Amino acid sequence: MATAPDLQSLKVDYKRNPMLPWPFQIRRVKHETEDTFTIELQPSGDLEEFTFQPGQFNMVYVYGVGEIPISISGDPANPRTLVHTTRAVGSVTKAMDKMRRGDILGIRGPYGTPWPIDHANGQDVVFVAGGIGLAPLRPVLYEVVAQRERYGKVVLLYGTRTPSDVLFRQELENWRARFDLEIYVTVDRAMSGWRGNVGVVTNLISRAPFDPRNTMAFVCGPEVMMRFTTMELHKRGVDNEHIFVSMERNMKCAIGLCGHCQFGSVFVCKDGPVFRYSQIKDMLVKWEI
Amino acid sequence: MEDLKKILTEHPFFKGLDEEHFALIVGCASNVRIDAGKMILREGEEANHFYLIRSGKVTLQLMTPNKGPVIIETLDEGDILGWSWLVPPYTWHFDAKALELTRMIALDGKCLRNKCENDHHLGYELLKRFADIMMKRLESTRLQLLDIYGDRS
Repeated sequence: MATAPDLQSLKVDYKRNPMLPWPFQIRRVKHETEDTFTIELQPSGDLEEFTFQPGQFNMVYVYGVGEIPISISGDPANPRTLVHTTRAVGSVTKAMDKMRRGDILGIRGPYGTPWPIDHANGQDVVFVAGGIGLAPLRPVLYEVVAQRERYGKVVLLYGTRTPSDVLFRQELENWRARFDLEIYVTVDRAMSGWRGNVGVVTNLISRAPFDPRNTMAFVCGPEVMMRFTTMELHKRGVDNEHIFVSMERNMKCAIGLCGHCQFGSVFVCKDGPVFRYSQIKDMLVKWEI
Repeated sequence: MEDLKKILTEHPFFKGLDEEHFALIVGCASNVRIDAGKMILREGEEANHFYLIRSGKVTLQLMTPNKGPVIIETLDEGDILGWSWLVPPYTWHFDAKALELTRMIALDGKCLRNKCENDHHLGYELLKRFADIMMKRLESTRLQLLDIYGDRS
């Protein structure tokens, strides 16, 4: 594994240049599923804390391999630990998967728009997550749980492929054990030992316990899943203005300069990744974009 | 019978059905209770009923040679189980098992088939409702086939 550059010899102010990664040391790597892992990092050098808002992402640089955008999946109330959860699918994430405690990663960020959870004060909150899409929602779930009295009903609908692909299993169990959270998990297929739901996550929306006229919905997952989810939420009576989605495009610079993540008239890195659904609804069905 | 009528009236599946047709349907209905772990119907057996799930959870499953039973879908309170009673040769295509104690209203499909033959308006009303369920299940199945959760990195 490549090592971090010698920061002292470079004499660069990393805190002020958004294009330069800051070195973070790996504190822990946890394998969530066969192909998904969570990496806990701590800032090194002069940086002691890393603050972010739920829904934001970082550019994560594996030295000598490459840089990719990954949403932050940790607790915003704990700025001393930066957490990312990702699947080992490309060259960078596969290299990350091989890294161990003490190794160094470069981080630029945080970037992008957060989940507007303040808009949900006094309302029911519905989170709909598909697959790895639970990771970018976890920080806002932490925040809602920490300030539970601010909201009406809080519902998480989470769909994934199989029972062995369920992320953050222990946390889901802990949340399910609370009386003030409604947690529903469904899988696409299962063997006979599974006692939960089988079927796509959109099936859960029609019977989930929330008042559609007084609900904010936060949706994160693959684009097809988000399209069908928003349709179901709309059918249930949730206004498109009250639905927020987290988009994913090919972010490179992360500050709206390079144009790689252009999505119609917006840049996903700068104007997103979290968008009000009504803002991007028409673009989601245009395959040219 | 009055209780059954009340439950059926309140079920969204029968919403909008007129009084005369409703009376015909109630005549084919009965309460059933299935203990957790018990089979409700088996692949290949004659399909003479459909069920309105009042409480509990049901798995639709298919026996595979090497893996054993694979769960295709779960159905819960308010869902409808079974449409093979509508289509020849009137045999079940999947197994259904109660995952927990399940209470349902069983509707006698044989009885309803005869009533639908004699009253095509009733048949059309029922088919419209089943077409809606079939469309939703087909849409869900297509999403499952797309394997939609694997793409986001």
